[in-house]
Amino acid sequence: MSRGATALPAILRDAGLSALVAFGLFAVMIGLKTDAGPTSLVLTPRPWAVVLAVAAVFFGRLAMLLWRLWRPAGVPAPRRITAGFARAGRYIAPVVLAVALTLPLYAGRYWLDLGILVLTYVMLGWGLNIVVGLAGLLDLGYVAFYAVGAYSYALLAQDLGLGFWTCLPLAGILAACWGVMLGFPVLRLRGDYLAIVTLAFGEIIRVVILNWTTLTGGPNGISGIPRPTLFGLTFSAGGGPGSFADFFGIEPNLTQRVAFLYYVILGLALLTNWVSLRLRRLPLGRAWEALREDEIACRSLGINVTITKLTAFAMGAMFGGFAGAFFATRQAFISPESFTFIESAMVLAIVVLGGLGSQLGVAMAALIMIGGSEMFRELAEYRMLIFGLALVMMMVLRPRGLVSGRTPSVSLGERHEIAPDLVAQGRG
Amino acid sequence: MTALLSLSGVTAFYGAIQALKGVELNVNPGEIVTLIGANGAGKSTLMMTICGNPRARDGRIVYDGADITRVPTHEIMRQGIAQSPEGRRIFPRMSVYENLLMGAHGRDGGEAAETMEQVFALFPRLKERTAQRGGTLSGGEQQMLAIGRALMSRPRLLLLDEPSLGLAPLVVRQIFGAIRDLNRSTGLTVLLVEQNAFQALRLAHRGYVLVNGAITMAGAAADLLARPEIRAAYLEGGH
Repeated sequence: MSRGATALPAILRDAGLSALVAFGLFAVMIGLKTDAGPTSLVLTPRPWAVVLAVAAVFFGRLAMLLWRLWRPAGVPAPRRITAGFARAGRYIAPVVLAVALTLPLYAGRYWLDLGILVLTYVMLGWGLNIVVGLAGLLDLGYVAFYAVGAYSYALLAQDLGLGFWTCLPLAGILAACWGVMLGFPVLRLRGDYLAIVTLAFGEIIRVVILNWTTLTGGPNGISGIPRPTLFGLTFSAGGGPGSFADFFGIEPNLTQRVAFLYYVILGLALLTNWVSLRLRRLPLGRAWEALREDEIACRSLGINVTITKLTAFAMGAMFGGFAGAFFATRQAFISPESFTFIESAMVLAIVVLGGLGSQLGVAMAALIMIGGSEMFRELAEYRMLIFGLALVMMMVLRPRGLVSGRTPSVSLGERHEIAPDLVAQGRG
Repeated sequence: MTALLSLSGVTAFYGAIQALKGVELNVNPGEIVTLIGANGAGKSTLMMTICGNPRARDGRIVYDGADITRVPTHEIMRQGIAQSPEGRRIFPRMSVYENLLMGAHGRDGGEAAETMEQVFALFPRLKERTAQRGGTLSGGEQQMLAIGRALMSRPRLLLLDEPSLGLAPLVVRQIFGAIRDLNRSTGLTVLLVEQNAFQALRLAHRGYVLVNGAITMAGAAADLLARPEIRAAYLEGGH
C-alpha cells in the first residue's frame, strides 16, 4: 500500500515523540523507588523499569497507528458493534431485569450489598440522564441534590421522628425545589458556563452542610438514621415483637434487611426508569429533547423554554433526592464526605459512557464502573489506573457511549433506530 | 380593512447598535407581504422583533387588535403566529415526524394528526420521510420541514425567514409555489423575508424594502418590480 510507505516516517516520529513524553513522565516516577533505609528514605534507581515502560509506550503507539492505517475499509468497526448491541439490546434488558429481580434468592450478603451500590448509581445515572441526556443541560453538581435528599431524610427523621416512607416524597420534593432554585439563575447559560455554575452549586451545598454545625452536625455528620420498615415491620437483627422475622415466624437474619433494602432501591430505580421513559413520549419530554437540539427553534415554536428547563432540573433533582434519602437510610450515617465532587463526576461519567439519553446504556455503564471497580478491589491503588485506562479506551473506541443509538419516541408505523454516528458525541 | 399585523415606529437595538430605526409596516389578512433588503439590513431582526426577541425598544407591534410588544415570546407564538426561522433550524436528531409534532406543541393529538395530513398534502416529500432523521434531509426538504413544522400550529400569520437560502432555483420555485397555493386555498397571511428579491416580489402582493434598519420603499409588488432603482439595487445580476 503506497499510503503506508509515505506515512511510515511520520508514524515512527509520532511513536518516538510518545516515547519521549513517556520518558519525561516515567523517568522519576518509575525510575526512582523510595525504600526505607536504616535512618531515612533511600532512593533506589530502576533504569530497566523505565526502559520497559518507554518501550511499551513506543511499540503500543506504533501498533495503534499501524492498525489505524491498515484496518479494513468499509463499515467502521464501532458501527458493526453498535448494530450488534442494538440487536442484543432487545434481549439484554429483560435478562438483566430478571437477574436483578431474583438476585436476593441466590446471592449472598456481599453480592446484595454490591447490588445496592450499583443500583444506587443506576438510579442516579437515570436521574441525571433526564437533565444531561434528554434536556442537554450539562450538570456537574448533581451530587448536591443527592445530599439534599440524604440530609432531608436524616433531619426529618431525627428531629420530627418521621418514617422513611413519609420522608421519601418529602426528600424528593425538597430536592426538586433546590433544582428549581439552581435552575433560575442558570436559565440563560449553556454548555461550559452552565457546567461551571452547577459545579459551584454542588460545592456550595457541601460547604454549607460542612459548616452549619448546629443543624447538620458539620463534619461529624448525622448518625443513627432510622432504617426503613415494611408496612410497619422492622428489620432488626435481634428479631423481637413488631419485626419482620417475628411477624412471619422466621429466624431473624441480617440478610433479610439487606434484601429488603435491595428491593427498595430496585423499585426506586425502576420507578425512575419508568417515569423517564413515559416522559420521553409526552410533549414535555419531546420538548426537552428539542431543547437539547436547538433552543432558538424551540422559542420560535412557542415552547416556554424557562418552564421546560426548570422541569428538567426539578425532575432530575427529585430522583437525586430519592436516591439520597435511600442512601441515608441504608448507611444509617451520613457526612459531607459522601457528597464530594467526585460523586458528581462519577454519575456524569456513567451517563456519558452509557450513551447520552440511553436507559440501558446508563445501567450497563453503572454496572461496569461501580461493579467493576469493586471487583478489582485487590488491585488497590492500580484500580484508578485501570479505571482511567478503560475510560480512555472507551472514548477512543466508542466515543458516543455504550448504547448510542436513538429511537424516536413516537413514529408512524415502523420504528427506525437513529444510527449512533448521527448522535452527538461528548457534548452536554 | 384593519391590518392583521401592524408595526409603528419600531426600533430595536443589539447593545448600543441600532438595528431597526422606526419601522412602519402593515400586513393585511390574506396577503403575502415580502420584506426585501440586502445582507445586514435588519430583515431577520425585524422578524425576530415581531416574536419578541429582541424586544422592540420603542414603537408598537399590534397583532389582531392586541398590543403584543411586551408579550413573552412563547405567548406570541400561541396567538396564531408561526415562524420558520432563518437557517431552518430543524431538530437534526429527531425524526421528521417528531419535528412536525414539535410544531403542534401544546395542542391536542387529533388536531395535530389532521394538520399533519394537510402538511403532507402540501409537501408529499415529507410523508415519504417521516421516520428519517431531520438532519439527513436535503436542504430543500429541510426547508419544507421547517415550513411544515410552523404550519402545525395552525397559524393565521406565517413568518418565513429566507426560505430560499442556499437552495437550487428549481427547489425555490417549488417552495414558493407551495406558499402561493397555501395562501390561495386557505387565505393564510404570510410575511416573507427574502434576499431573493425577484422571486419574492413575484410571489407577494405587496413589498417593503429595508435599508439599514429603515423602510425606504413600499408598495404593490408589481410596482416595486418595475421600479428602476429596485432593479438596479436588487435584481440586476440576480436571479
